[in-house]
Amino acid sequence: MGTIAVTAVDTHRAIDAVWRIESARIIAGLARIVRDVGLAEELAQDALVAALERWPASGVPDHPGAWLMATAKHQAIDLLRRRTRLERKHEELGRALETQRETVMEDLDAAIDDIGDDLLRLMFVACHPVLSTEARVALTLRLLGGLTTAEIARAFLVSEPTVAQRIVRAKRTLAEARVPFEVPRGAELAARLSSVLEVIYLIFNEGYSATAGDDWTRPALCEDALRLSRILAGLMPKEPEVHGLVGLMEIQASRLRARTGPSGEPVLLLDQDRARWDPLLIRRGLAALKRAHELGGALGPYALQAAIAACHARARTASETDWARIAALYDALAQLAPSPIVELNRAVAVAMAFGPAAGLELVDGLRSEPSLKVYHLLPSVRGDLLTKLGRFDEARAEFERAAAITQNGRERALLLERATACVRVPVPPERL
Amino acid sequence: MRFMMIVKATKDSEAGALPTEEQLADMAKHNEELVKAGVLLAGEGLQASSKGARVRFSGAKRTVIDGPFTETKELIAGFWLIQAKSREEVVEWARRVPFEDGEIEVRQVLELEDFGPGEAIQHHARLREQIARRSAKP
Repeated sequence: MGTIAVTAVDTHRAIDAVWRIESARIIAGLARIVRDVGLAEELAQDALVAALERWPASGVPDHPGAWLMATAKHQAIDLLRRRTRLERKHEELGRALETQRETVMEDLDAAIDDIGDDLLRLMFVACHPVLSTEARVALTLRLLGGLTTAEIARAFLVSEPTVAQRIVRAKRTLAEARVPFEVPRGAELAARLSSVLEVIYLIFNEGYSATAGDDWTRPALCEDALRLSRILAGLMPKEPEVHGLVGLMEIQASRLRARTGPSGEPVLLLDQDRARWDPLLIRRGLAALKRAHELGGALGPYALQAAIAACHARARTASETDWARIAALYDALAQLAPSPIVELNRAVAVAMAFGPAAGLELVDGLRSEPSLKVYHLLPSVRGDLLTKLGRFDEARAEFERAAAITQNGRERALLLERATACVRVPVPPERL
Repeated sequence: MRFMMIVKATKDSEAGALPTEEQLADMAKHNEELVKAGVLLAGEGLQASSKGARVRFSGAKRTVIDGPFTETKELIAGFWLIQAKSREEVVEWARRVPFEDGEIEVRQVLELEDFGPGEAIQHHARLREQIARRSAKP
């Protein structure tokens, strides 16, 4: 039987949980009133501190979110009052103050009703192009994901002060640039939305294949990104690309368990035990992709990538994969958003559909591409195709080059293993 | 991490009583909150145990017992599958469910990783995959 012994530790954990659920909405609601995201976050933090002081003694209130909001709201009013006092020292205060106070109260009440729109504004501000990519990522996880500075630092393998600095600077940049607290309209919306999607996908990818460190994946970060994307899909249900991104990430996340072997080593897509793919996430991903299609967004960059992921998800075994369709989808993607990395992926699909020689021809065309100079997957793919063609000496050199470039320890080990294998298992070309 | 919020049966749910308009609206609102927060993975309500059955195991022997079953509080009337960072977060979500009586049990999902590797688990996972693929086919 469980008991009702509520210790201070329990209360702190409960407060953490409430914070995770409520912080984004509280910050968003406050930001609309004080028109400053940084200040809004500080006010919300103050309310959190008040909860940490009071709840261990008083117990967690029945509506903890409303309690935090009300506390933050009062702090916002006090602050505005102090400001008004300073600014209008020589002016007549009297009624003006009261009027302002009433307006603030009304605004705050409206803000609580209208919280969805504020959340969306907060997302767009946190991903504003005036900020560096790193700052966008940190701010999004902090303001919308409810992560602490320490959690963000751990996730990205940087020190806590570095993250704290990044966030402080980001808030200052937003204030100095006078970034309005609003969702952009018209032509600007598309560009700004793609920045929001990019930030979420970046967070996901850092969890999906960590760029550095000893762990190949960090699933918690994938879950954070998924949660953010689902929130965004609820806020912008008519944007096909949002559903495309949700679909892409749900399907990719379905493979997380299969991507890591028993001792933490990476397992490549075609070698994965598909029985370990998560069927629930696949189903959710396919449903999201379907929504993107229904909204007329089949040819959006994320919907296309989701469609590619779906091809793998639908194939019962690696050999059943519809590579010709994947090659065609990459072709569409390359036309829409030309990039050497898309070309590289297209080359892989072409190799699978039409033979390694056809793929290698495309890969060779990318060797002079400056942006791929330090991209370990180029030599890695080339090594793979050369192996299939029986050109082992060249293949080994490519795997070694890839190993020298990657910053992920686990991946390096795998690449070096493949380099060694090139010597050990010579397959005569005629048997390929 | 995934958790299940398990709704225990009540006299009403066992009697097959359908929720009132108001209860339905409250529940829809609550589910919408879960969706909006990006945490809801799946959820279903179950029919009364009178429409169910039990299969009891004892060695090689199997005994089938038709519902209804009497120990109402031990029965399950529905569930939500939630993605969350901690048990406390799920408890907080459970506290917000607009019920007036009954009970919700919060349990963490045992992932396949929690078992050691073994042929039986592989087989189990493969079966699950087949089922998923059948329902995933467009």
